[in-house]
Amino acid sequence: MKPSGFTYHRPQTVDEALDVLGRVGPEGKVLAGGQSLVPMMNMRLAAPAELIDINRLTALDYVQVEGDGAGAAVRVGATARHTTVERDTAAFTVLPLLRQALSHVAHSTIRNQGTTVGSLVHADPAGEMTAVLALLDGSVEVRSAHGARCVSASDFFVGPLESCLEPDELATSAVFPVPEGRSGSAWLEVARRHGDYAVCGVGAVLRLDGDARVVAARTGYISVDATPVVLDLGEVIGRVPYDTADWDAAGRYAAAQLQPEGDIHASAAYRRQLAGVLTSRALSAAARHALARHDIMTEVPQ
Amino acid sequence: MTTRSLGEPVARREDPRLLSGQGRYVDDIGTGALEVAFVRSPHAHARIVDIDVTGALDVDGIVAIYTHEDLPGRVGEPLPLLIPHDALTHGRTPYPLAKDEVNHVGEPIVMVVATDRYVAEDACDRIQVEFDFLPPVVGIEVARDAEHLVHDDVPGNVAARLVQESGDARAAVAQAPHVLELDLEIERSASMPMEGKAVFARWDADDTSLRVYTSTQASTSVRAAVAAKLELPADRVEVVAPDVGGGFGVKIVHPWPEEILVPWAAVTLGREVKWTEDRREHFVSSAHERGQLQHVKVGFDSEGRLHGLDVTIWHDNGAYTPYGIIVPIITTTQLLGPYKPGAYRAECFSLYTNTVIVTPYRGAGRPQGCFAMERTMDAIADHLGLDRAVVRERNFIRPDEMPYDHGLVFQDGRPLIYDSGDYPASLDKLKKLIGWDEFDDYRAAARAEGRQVGIGMACYVEGTGVGPYEGGFVKVETDGSVVVATGLTTQGQGHQTAFAQIVADELGVPVEKVTVTTGDTRRFKYAVGTFASRAAVMSGNAVALAARNVREKALRIAGEALEADPRDLEIVDGIVQVKGTPGATVPLSTVAVLSNPLRYAFDEETQRATQFATPGDPEKPPVAEDDEPGLEGTDYYSPARSTFANGMHAAIVEIDPDTAEISILRYCVVHDCGTLINPRIVEGQIHGGVAQGVAGALYERMVYDDAGQLLNASFMDFLMPYATEVPRIEADHLETPSPLNPLGIKGAGEAGVIPGASVLASAIEDAEGFRISRMPISPSELYELRQRHERREQNTTNTKDSR
Amino acid sequence: MSDTSAAEPRHEVNLVVNGVPRSATVPARRLLSDFLRHDLGLTGTHTGCEHGVCGACTVLVTGAGRSDDEGVSGRPIRSCLQFAVMYDGAEITTVEGCTRPDGELGPVQQAFQDCHGLQCGFCTPGFVTTITAYLEENPSPSEEEAREAISGNLCRCTGYQNIVASVLRAAELKSEEVGG
Repeated sequence: MKPSGFTYHRPQTVDEALDVLGRVGPEGKVLAGGQSLVPMMNMRLAAPAELIDINRLTALDYVQVEGDGAGAAVRVGATARHTTVERDTAAFTVLPLLRQALSHVAHSTIRNQGTTVGSLVHADPAGEMTAVLALLDGSVEVRSAHGARCVSASDFFVGPLESCLEPDELATSAVFPVPEGRSGSAWLEVARRHGDYAVCGVGAVLRLDGDARVVAARTGYISVDATPVVLDLGEVIGRVPYDTADWDAAGRYAAAQLQPEGDIHASAAYRRQLAGVLTSRALSAAARHALARHDIMTEVPQ
Repeated sequence: MTTRSLGEPVARREDPRLLSGQGRYVDDIGTGALEVAFVRSPHAHARIVDIDVTGALDVDGIVAIYTHEDLPGRVGEPLPLLIPHDALTHGRTPYPLAKDEVNHVGEPIVMVVATDRYVAEDACDRIQVEFDFLPPVVGIEVARDAEHLVHDDVPGNVAARLVQESGDARAAVAQAPHVLELDLEIERSASMPMEGKAVFARWDADDTSLRVYTSTQASTSVRAAVAAKLELPADRVEVVAPDVGGGFGVKIVHPWPEEILVPWAAVTLGREVKWTEDRREHFVSSAHERGQLQHVKVGFDSEGRLHGLDVTIWHDNGAYTPYGIIVPIITTTQLLGPYKPGAYRAECFSLYTNTVIVTPYRGAGRPQGCFAMERTMDAIADHLGLDRAVVRERNFIRPDEMPYDHGLVFQDGRPLIYDSGDYPASLDKLKKLIGWDEFDDYRAAARAEGRQVGIGMACYVEGTGVGPYEGGFVKVETDGSVVVATGLTTQGQGHQTAFAQIVADELGVPVEKVTVTTGDTRRFKYAVGTFASRAAVMSGNAVALAARNVREKALRIAGEALEADPRDLEIVDGIVQVKGTPGATVPLSTVAVLSNPLRYAFDEETQRATQFATPGDPEKPPVAEDDEPGLEGTDYYSPARSTFANGMHAAIVEIDPDTAEISILRYCVVHDCGTLINPRIVEGQIHGGVAQGVAGALYERMVYDDAGQLLNASFMDFLMPYATEVPRIEADHLETPSPLNPLGIKGAGEAGVIPGASVLASAIEDAEGFRISRMPISPSELYELRQRHERREQNTTNTKDSR
Repeated sequence: MSDTSAAEPRHEVNLVVNGVPRSATVPARRLLSDFLRHDLGLTGTHTGCEHGVCGACTVLVTGAGRSDDEGVSGRPIRSCLQFAVMYDGAEITTVEGCTRPDGELGPVQQAFQDCHGLQCGFCTPGFVTTITAYLEENPSPSEEEAREAISGNLCRCTGYQNIVASVLRAAELKSEEVGG
């Protein structure tokens, strides 16, 4: 299990990286953390002829909170490690879902090297951050030597292990919008072993009004389709006080919307079951999270 | 008195080296050697039409490319069938490189030697092999149906039909008051040591000698195999098992193709050559184990006592049978566990499939046998409405019935006679440890909280310490240090510590003075190997006997020096002294000098020894006819038959009512492996075994598709447990010494793994309320079972009372 | 596939390993694990899977373009999932560097011997490096935290019981050193 040979490029600036990408064309592959790419190279399932190591682009190693109020977002640069994002206090304060989901990404040693933007570009439908980006209606900033564009999550993930990036493009950052209002979130998943890719994973973002009534609820799923799936469950749940909401019914509804497939770890029916169960649990947890975060009621249910 | 070290949790002697990165595993040796990669079959069953290597020839760094037709003489012949058996009527072994046909994905076809592994793999990518496809035979049912054959000349795909019989089981079952039938299934797993296999060979043309380092459990046998295959005199071949990164059975098979090919290439090229198996290779070209289908028919009375047990087993032996039918033999004999079966009959069909070979993996057929018996015990209890522990106890062999002869033949070809064990006492300990009798209250309390829990138990007896022999060499050096050698190998069992403890006690020296070498044919020529929980029993006793010889000689020489009767002497902390007479002493180091009439004064000890030099009789030779120079001794231990350890496990599980995720809340072990040499090491063995037992129950399986592709050949998808998947293990033990060997030892290496699938099946069944008959089980499968149960598809389960 | 018939270009890699400046010239595809083991002769770092799951190859790194906080000994990474050429200018600690300056066992290593936290020793280097870094972040973990901390490393021998105990023991040894 040794990789094929390749030509190695180590640009020092973003412009240099874009220049190399433009020159090498489809033979090129960007190397960030390498936690998905290098295993594939070691197994010779991937054999790029040109490898562009962006790890020295320190200008892209950042996590920053942008704006406030309705337009607030967390922007993550292309070389920021999962660990950096996970530990970022400011990002956690405005957008706890990032840490909630990242703690499920493999094991800490992998998160130390793997990059969040890299995992988005890798577009693995079992990758937590793909669904987080989709659930939050986030976007990816993409640059090439010819210009820049901003691609929404719904356009970014094209298929399993396939993003919409052109060969000469570099994803320079990802933008995770902060949900407005009194929101709470949760990330739940079932994996065969701790740290494994999830058999099914569900993220929930839920907004309450001042009377603790549900005003919005969305869920995002991994490992149930070729790309991350997002459901809007607000109408299904209805504008009801959180403690009378029928989470199980929402779970059943969600499960019915999904078309998961079976594999060696789980049958399609089991995945659907998990999607339903985890949906109701995640919604419930997100509601409690909203209450706790925004101090909506003095008495926080257990 | 020297502090007694036997039975003490002595810290391991090997640890400082291994902990500081100073271990030497095969791949750590031979910097700059040429490296090997193989083109392996991507197909499960095919004829090789053509091999085109031309594309690889111009890869920079290629040294040699070999196919089967390049292999001369015996190197090109099929590998040996190590353990023939009368029942193995159709044994088949592979060629080192496939000749004409491949029978499983991963079978080696072309060997590439290059300057490094990267380049060797580049060349492999450029070699084209043209195949004619043959229908793959995958899965036990498909093999049994025999619509297609793995080997053209093996009818029905049956390698062996093995029958073990004691009494007329069919008649006994027919006449019994109750009869149940069960269909059971265990899937494949694998040893999966963290270090794969590896071979490094160095040919010394000036000395015409070959040294081979290999990650093996049987270095002496590899030596014999290499010498025979390469047609070299055995004394020109040395084989060393350096540090070995785990074995668990897979490294007992020998010679692996690479163990012949790599040394042969080294001799042929006159260069150092190394092959280090990568993980993907290990999955598809080493060995697996466990896969069996079982049909149990049991007759019993209203008390739950067995009258007759009639078992049919279909065993998947993979594509070839280089290791014979050891696994089926063990399953059919060790199935009996601690119980008296009444009349017993087991019939096992060992079947070829187009998959990786099946050879022993820790437990070696015992987990499957245990599964058949323990599932049966639970089914009887369920049928009669009796406590599962009560049914087991009623069928136990009682301590006063020991030794107990089952009237069968064990894996060593000797009668299956249990030497000792107190099963009721073990059960009693286990029930107390887990709180068996209080569980109903716990269950009720849990249920009130909406939690679903269950408890299970399983018992086993393990034949350990199989013969025929091991040897030990013990030598006291002139500086007072003691070197010990034994031929069997070590893969983490702490032999460098355990054997040192034994020798230290026998000789009366501090354990720190003793250094042990294992698995190096330069140091000890005769050995069998490390498998079947035999190392401590066999080499432990052998080094004890060798140390006793050395002690006897030391006392004789010291007696002469001190002018005392050797019977009045003792050795304390490395000093020979007259009992009760302080001052009259001579250190063992000096005795070692005295044992050699040649005394150039190289060191202080030698100089000091001259004061004890008695003027010899000028008429007698300096070394007496019945003596030899040096304070050293060699001895062998060879038992008449195996010694039987036993144990019982119990577990409490909690299962999520919605997601069917299974958590082990408690896992309790009671084991009895006779006298403990080092309780800490034994405990470690139990822990590791239990982890593999849990793995085989809830996580690990080899998933083949119908075409014979292994779908999960990586650590991503073959679910070896992490720390987060293994429960805390609570262990207690009995010590019923074996009457069969001087130290009273029984083996402990495999014990922990044996009842894993059984105890967890029992607990899951208890929690769910429907029969569990197939392991391992995943949450997804449990969910599907629930669905089927709810749909009443399982209303009769697959257990039926034929009455 | 690249053209392998010509000699592969090589890159000079200069870095500091266990406090010692080291250098070797290797092809770009040389894995960091192979570089440490075979080019620098530091065979304590083991490779058990070469696809980043087992953790035996874990080493601690600082530098190489990292701007975030990396702790005293560096951050644990899988050396089998990195190319040596990426680490030009970096600092790396391997299991050989986890000993005391006098060569005696360091606290994590000593804890493993005290608790029988290893059997065959093959996975051990990855555990030692991982735990060394972990205890710098969390000097007094609970048993559950200790288990979580080692949950990315595979061991086939020990069932992890004594490795968990080793983490707790190492924390104890380290705190005794600080306190004493």
